[in-house]
Amino acid sequence: MTTADLLGKILQVVMGLAVFAAIVGLLVFFIDRAPKKGRDYWQLVGFLAPAIILLAIGLIWPAIRTTGLAFLDNSGNFSWDNFIWMFTQPAAIRTLINTVVWVLLVPTLATALGLAYAVFIDKSRGERYYKALVFMPMAISFVGAGIIWRFVYEYRAGEREQIGLLNAIVTGLGGEPVQWLQTDPLNTFLLIVVMIWIQTGFAMVVLSAAIKGIPAEQIEAAQLDGTNPWQRFTNVTVPGIRGSLVVVLTTISIATLKVFDIVRTMTAGNFNTSVVANEMYTQAFRASEVGRGSALAVILFLLVLPIVIYNVNVLRKQREIR
Amino acid sequence: MRFGKAGRVVTAVAALGVSALALSACTGDIAANEDVDCTEYEEYGTFDGAEVTIGGTILDLEADRLVESWSDFAQCTGINIEYQGSSEFEAQIAVLAEGGNAPDIGIVPQPGLLARLAEGGWLIPASAEVEANVDEWWSEDWKQYGTYDGTFYAAPLMASIKGYVWYSPAQFEENGWEIPQTLDELTALTEEIAATGQKPWCVGLESGDATGWPATDWIEDWVLRLHGPEVYDQWVTHEIPFNDPRIVEAFDAVGAYIKNEDYVNGGIGDVSTLVTEAFQTAGLPILDGECSLHHQASFYETFWNAEGGDEVVVASDGDVFGFLTPPATAGDPLSVTGGGEFPVAFRDAEEVETVRAFLSSDTWANNRVSLGGVISANKGVDPENASSELLVQSIEILQDPETTFRFDGSDLMPGAVGADSFWRGVVAWVTGQSTQETVDAIESSWPAS
Repeated sequence: MTTADLLGKILQVVMGLAVFAAIVGLLVFFIDRAPKKGRDYWQLVGFLAPAIILLAIGLIWPAIRTTGLAFLDNSGNFSWDNFIWMFTQPAAIRTLINTVVWVLLVPTLATALGLAYAVFIDKSRGERYYKALVFMPMAISFVGAGIIWRFVYEYRAGEREQIGLLNAIVTGLGGEPVQWLQTDPLNTFLLIVVMIWIQTGFAMVVLSAAIKGIPAEQIEAAQLDGTNPWQRFTNVTVPGIRGSLVVVLTTISIATLKVFDIVRTMTAGNFNTSVVANEMYTQAFRASEVGRGSALAVILFLLVLPIVIYNVNVLRKQREIR
Repeated sequence: MRFGKAGRVVTAVAALGVSALALSACTGDIAANEDVDCTEYEEYGTFDGAEVTIGGTILDLEADRLVESWSDFAQCTGINIEYQGSSEFEAQIAVLAEGGNAPDIGIVPQPGLLARLAEGGWLIPASAEVEANVDEWWSEDWKQYGTYDGTFYAAPLMASIKGYVWYSPAQFEENGWEIPQTLDELTALTEEIAATGQKPWCVGLESGDATGWPATDWIEDWVLRLHGPEVYDQWVTHEIPFNDPRIVEAFDAVGAYIKNEDYVNGGIGDVSTLVTEAFQTAGLPILDGECSLHHQASFYETFWNAEGGDEVVVASDGDVFGFLTPPATAGDPLSVTGGGEFPVAFRDAEEVETVRAFLSSDTWANNRVSLGGVISANKGVDPENASSELLVQSIEILQDPETTFRFDGSDLMPGAVGADSFWRGVVAWVTGQSTQETVDAIESSWPAS
């Protein structure tokens, strides 16, 4: 590509953005000038239509098509083979089990750690620095985090110099280096640590804000009643931030169900560490088994669904209380 | 930072200017070469403003050489050839093809992938010129790899020979070791080296999300040598199951080397380090005399001088050299496995076919081989053009009509096996799983259709 080509392309992009802005502006202009009668209706359509059309193209139609593909074999005939494969192959079953382990551990541990941290540093001196420290991993991409932690777990055999932090510590204490990422089932837990490392910051920030939202009077009243700190925490703080806790738990759960980058960069699903999202990609794109990949995508969708529904329900209930 | 209105405009302009400068630095404007001899390219005619995009997995130095190999052609014919390499190309190409966004030409390294793309109905069959070139310059086998369901889609491009055993000529001479002529002699040599207390083999299977493929090359070499090309063909086309006793025998023969605590992993560690050692660096302990044998394809030549340069001499009297994995019994015809690429077309246009015709010609093959590092199975290639003794030898092997050549088996198998369960299977196998369990698992992953 020559510089001229590149500048041409940049110009194209700028032009495209300008045209887009013009169309949107025009649309808004006309909606604003819509006939008085039924103006609300026009405005509703005007603002919702673009989103709905994009959702239909980008989400609803692909979802329908993926579900269809999940029931087709490679030559395009209807079959249950993809689902049978998923629940009978030892490797595929292991993928499902791993995903369950991830979803059980990451949200609970990340939220618990985030909550504990938020409570301990609350109103302490230098609170924001402590917060920044834990929040920082959130700013790192999953792939970046995967690469960093791969170095932490790096293994060099025998006498060779250890470049991995963990093995350097182990050998420094006189132990034998361990193949962290190749040892099943330890490796799955070590990958989970990475996800927790990333998500704790998110939990901490949201929960810390929620804790600050608890009226001081409630805490004071509890104090006057002679409660100890633990009782105040379980009876005042936790009920006070229940809504935020649910949001944090469900958000991390969904992120965990979708986890792909960490597994892919660190083990690529080898050594029994694969999870549904990673397997979905591997089957659909590398193994050319689109049906199997789609079937895994459908399962992933079904797993995420109850969490989303629960989340929406809790939020709705809270709105009613307020 | 806070800017006034004017300040903001200035910053935006400055930022744009800086990024334009930064981007232009890496676009690589190529100045037209003045003195190009166009007589060789006259037969292709000239095109005005035609553009052909090519995608592939070839990257870095290899990609530069690829672009250089057709630069004269592009200049003489007026076809602007745009190459874009990506390590995710294999995974993405089917998606791109389905969405109608595939490059005009895709360089696919696996006949299995070619078959899948052809099955999807995305490929343009090769033109008569390409087919004529293939009939003239390649063997029937090679043509077959570019054919799906009776239709010929693409000519081969480059090639590599697998199954070389890299060794140090100096170390061999010092110890009076001979290059083995049969598999039994290879075993004897291994035992002899192990008896000195040094581990004979060094092996590395780590390759990111493709971890395990070097071990599949071992298995393929042994299947071909122990049971011959017919069984090999039946194996890759699933006419015999993956857990056939003959395949089990090949696994066990390989396992006798790479799963043996006394034979691996020289200079690296124990058997468990096979899966943690990158294939790129696995052979290097030979240079320190910590191991003596390393099984890897002809392209491993590049890795001896990973930083470039020529500190390590690859020659029969140099620091390292390779011999082919020997046949099962002395005097058996030479059987080798190998790989190659196929430029398939996604757009039906004259300029695309012209480029493909050029890529299938002996002119291009000689151009590319002369630039170094690779070989081609094109019979029109002058072996002397190759960059090293080993590559000269490799081209001669490929051109020898007596050679039994078989394409890398895992590249011919369906993706679910060749690029997934076979790789993962051998990883589990070298880390302790039994052979029977491994081949049974791979067999059950073979797609039904």
